[in-house]
Amino acid sequence: MIIGETAGLPPVGPAESRRKAALREGGVLRRFDWPLFGASTALAVVGAVMVWSATRDRTELTGGDPQYFLKRHILNAIVGMALAIGVTALDHKRLRALTPTVYVLSFIGLLAVLSPLGTVVNGARSWIELGGGFSIQPAEFAKLGIVMALAMILAYRPAVRRSKGMLAQIEDRRIDDTRPGGRALVLALLAAAVPMGVISMLPDLGSTMVILAITGGMVVLSGVRLRRLALLTAVVGAGAFAAVKLHLLAQHQINRFAAFADPNLDPQGVGYNTHQARLAIGAGGVFGQGLFKGTQTNGQFVPEQQTDFVFTVIGEELGLVGGLAVLALFAIVLWRGCVIARQATETFPMLLAGGVVCWFAFQMFENVGMTMGIMPVAGIPLPFVSYGGSSMFANFIAIGILENVRLRSTAR
Amino acid sequence: MYRPQRLEGARARLGVVQVLVLALLATLGGRLWYLQVRSGAQFQAAAAANDLRSVSTPAVRGDILDDQGHPLVANKPTLEVTVDLSTLQQQPHGGIAVLDRLASVLGVPESQIAQKIRLCSSKVKQPCWPGSPYQPVPVATDVAQSIGMEILEDHDKFPGVTAQAAATRTYPAPFGVNAAQMLGYLSPVSSSELSKAGNDYQPTDMVGRAGLEQEYDSILRGEAGVSEVAVDNLGRAVRTVSQTAPVPGDDIVTTIDAHVQAVAEQQLAAAIQSAHGVWDTETHSYGKADSGAVVVLNVQTGGVVAMASYPTYDPNVWTGGINAQTYARLTSAAAGTPLLDRGYQGEYPPGSTFKAVTTSAMLQDGFPADGTYDCSTDFPVGNQDFHNFEGEAFGPITLKQAIEVSCDTVFYRVAYQMWLKDGGNNPVAHPSDPVQTMSTELGLGKDTGIDLPGESPGLIQTRQEKLASWQANKADWCAHGKDGYPDVARTDPARAAYLKQIAYENCLDGWQFRAGDAVLEAIGQGGVEVTPLQLARAYATIANGGTLYQPHLLQAVMTPGGKVVSTYQPKVVAHVPIDSATRSFLMNALEGVAQAGTASGVYGAWPQNTIPVGAKTGTADVYGQNPTSVFASVVPANHPQYAIVMMVPQGGQGAQISGPAVEKIEEAMYGVQGGAQLANAALLPTPPAGLPVITADGLLPVTFPYPQQWPPVAPPPASPGATVAGAARSKP
Repeated sequence: MIIGETAGLPPVGPAESRRKAALREGGVLRRFDWPLFGASTALAVVGAVMVWSATRDRTELTGGDPQYFLKRHILNAIVGMALAIGVTALDHKRLRALTPTVYVLSFIGLLAVLSPLGTVVNGARSWIELGGGFSIQPAEFAKLGIVMALAMILAYRPAVRRSKGMLAQIEDRRIDDTRPGGRALVLALLAAAVPMGVISMLPDLGSTMVILAITGGMVVLSGVRLRRLALLTAVVGAGAFAAVKLHLLAQHQINRFAAFADPNLDPQGVGYNTHQARLAIGAGGVFGQGLFKGTQTNGQFVPEQQTDFVFTVIGEELGLVGGLAVLALFAIVLWRGCVIARQATETFPMLLAGGVVCWFAFQMFENVGMTMGIMPVAGIPLPFVSYGGSSMFANFIAIGILENVRLRSTAR
Repeated sequence: MYRPQRLEGARARLGVVQVLVLALLATLGGRLWYLQVRSGAQFQAAAAANDLRSVSTPAVRGDILDDQGHPLVANKPTLEVTVDLSTLQQQPHGGIAVLDRLASVLGVPESQIAQKIRLCSSKVKQPCWPGSPYQPVPVATDVAQSIGMEILEDHDKFPGVTAQAAATRTYPAPFGVNAAQMLGYLSPVSSSELSKAGNDYQPTDMVGRAGLEQEYDSILRGEAGVSEVAVDNLGRAVRTVSQTAPVPGDDIVTTIDAHVQAVAEQQLAAAIQSAHGVWDTETHSYGKADSGAVVVLNVQTGGVVAMASYPTYDPNVWTGGINAQTYARLTSAAAGTPLLDRGYQGEYPPGSTFKAVTTSAMLQDGFPADGTYDCSTDFPVGNQDFHNFEGEAFGPITLKQAIEVSCDTVFYRVAYQMWLKDGGNNPVAHPSDPVQTMSTELGLGKDTGIDLPGESPGLIQTRQEKLASWQANKADWCAHGKDGYPDVARTDPARAAYLKQIAYENCLDGWQFRAGDAVLEAIGQGGVEVTPLQLARAYATIANGGTLYQPHLLQAVMTPGGKVVSTYQPKVVAHVPIDSATRSFLMNALEGVAQAGTASGVYGAWPQNTIPVGAKTGTADVYGQNPTSVFASVVPANHPQYAIVMMVPQGGQGAQISGPAVEKIEEAMYGVQGGAQLANAALLPTPPAGLPVITADGLLPVTFPYPQQWPPVAPPPASPGATVAGAARSKP
């Protein structure tokens, strides 16, 4: 409609020409990855409805306004989308330049949570209260910071000195320009390990696992040699073993793993979450019980249902059809992420996109998997769907990063 | 496009990541299918059980009414304080502060309320709440209005606590009637009853435990309403899924007449009291009567008009749960086991009242009604000498006279002749045993089938019964016959010697139906024990010409709105071979007893001409005790309507203790005062023609409430009276 109207207007102003340019073949709006943005927005919309369904009767949470969480979720999504567009519009050089800032700020946020500023929820000190009902969860931004930092470090290649010997070395492959150097790898691991250590002290097992997955995925994507990878895996395995042995994990976290191993263990205690979650999903059947009609949801049998266990609402009320549709939306997001990573012309944007894919893929799998009893229970949100501002903002910023990479790699 | 070589490797690795992502998504999709489709039905069932709870609303129990519509058992609205557990749990510290406030308002310790609201389990025993945690738990019943108002008005201080109307069993006691044993009582359903298949009890149900409450529990109970309530994770009701309203139980209209029952109870208590002042010449002691029963039976239907048992108790002790101390008292022998309904559960020797049965048997066996019988002082059988009462002798007399003066030796002789005819100690192949056969045909020695639980069968010792009993007990008897009873000997050597002798004889030939057995049974002693109900029925059967009815209390079942559901039709158990000659002879003889015989003193002021009455006295000896006072009466003798029997163990003579009491009951029923029948004073000259009319709104045809008269006159402790030593003793 706008196009039709503008077509009839005589002189073309500068603004008009920019819009036209954007719409041209190869223009910004054409190159913008609409399926990616559309799928993530659709997930946020589905999330808004599901969060609404899970909370509309919970007066103790909503303070009497049944649409409280619906409104907040939509607001979060709109802010998130604005952030995504903002990040998309950033010059890609700015993106790399901003990386240390994002990383350091998110790390400071984590330290603040550990300090008396942090608020303890469900045995974990993960939030900073901002007042007025707002709080931020720095762990969500830390994931973003780590993705960016690792991409930058792992993409770093020492400038090839134009010396004969060096050229010769490259030619006979003694110096491999396609793989990160040993120093870069150590630095990358440190950059991931330090915030991860802080997060595991909160303790936030879910985010720790996500960061582990991001780091592993990005290290693999960066092309680290297989023997280094094997060594790394061994070190991480030994570290995990030591963490359990030296009681670095909180008892409630070990219990979650125990309940995962035996789901029928103590159905009122540790296994309660998984048992009730599976009951709700299983009760949904093929077509679900209908929106707002889930008896387990209305009965509030599943804990944390608007956040970590939001998938149980989908399973119960929308059934297999709804559950598969949500998984399909995630498939679109992840698929587009992979495509964008492959299209990248440089290592840094490729690793950025690949890191985001690893992040989303693992977090989605862990979250949905725990509600269905195939992953241990760990408190992380389902991207875009779960209620929570920090998560929503971080997720949409990641979408913005993907779009930014796409625009950059497809630019002529 | 420039593509650095180093990104080619990354693209391959990204391909791996892509496949991995696809695998993760496929895993989730597969798991989703497994949960929702493959095991969907199972999860749906589990989910349904997860959030649905059934809550029962008890039905209002039916009333028990008398033949005129007087409520014997009804329900009264009381104020009940209940606690809603799920609301309480949401209070700080599980609502301890609320319970504390409630306890101080109700005036009970907090621990008592805490015990009542804890849920019963295999580990938690009473007091506890056996019902669902989703229904309000009653913590106090019959609460004063002011307390209820305090709780309701100060609702903020008592979250989850409510005061509401509840139906409680009440005993209006018209005319001061008690009838506790016959009515029975309620107590909470037991866990074994709950788990028993076919029962639709709810855990909080009260179940009839004795008497009519037990017998007609299924009619009275109605159907509890069940609500299926969807609950949330905290057990708070979210919404009601389905609801069936409770169906109130039906009312039972009985054959009992409250007024006659009340008179019977008062007269029984008075008779037992009067026995305490009577000197017994055989045991040389004052009467020790502490129990007894009286039955008024409708001769033409078998309907029980009144059945009183003494001692009795206040049925209100069951309301709101009986305490252990009271229950122990109700069942203790020292307190006379007031729970026992002696009308159909007490077994006593009938004594001479049994002679009506013996006479029926001998007349049917061919003994002449107009013959002459020798009433000698005693009658020797083998080495035993059987005496007349106090050694009296009347010489040759008619059979009618023998009944009138209750001459034992006449009946000894008849029984001995019968025994000889059956072959004596070498019995013929099929002995006729006329007395035992007639007794059994008249329904003695076995259950009458009355619609009350736990009936006693009584005893008529026959040849078969003796043989079976000997086979079962001979080892015991022989041991005691040899070693005696050292335990008894320590306190009562005479009794021990007597018991040893009996055991020895029983061991030797206890299987044999001896002459002594036959002779004693003919006068209602020895191997004869009857319940008052059985004896009344035997008299009723003789009086109505041989129709043996099944005694019953049920007359009709009615809805609370007054609609008749079903009417009881009298059941004829058997037609006893008593021909009209035998019947009219016996009725004539029983009239003679009342007019000129052993009961003439009892009926001295009775208008025999207008309301002829037949009667028989009985004074049954019990070893080591005062005799059992027995009195049987049929009224009117010309058109028999009621058979009345009173039995008072240790009461003394029939004509002295039971007789006057039965006569007083008859006076009340027929409105007789000062030897004349007063107009409009008769309580029940004939049973009511129809059922009481209950209006559609459940109103009864009688006014309410009644003057309460509880407890009835209690007998004073046994003490020698001054005036009784020389009291005239009439013949048994």
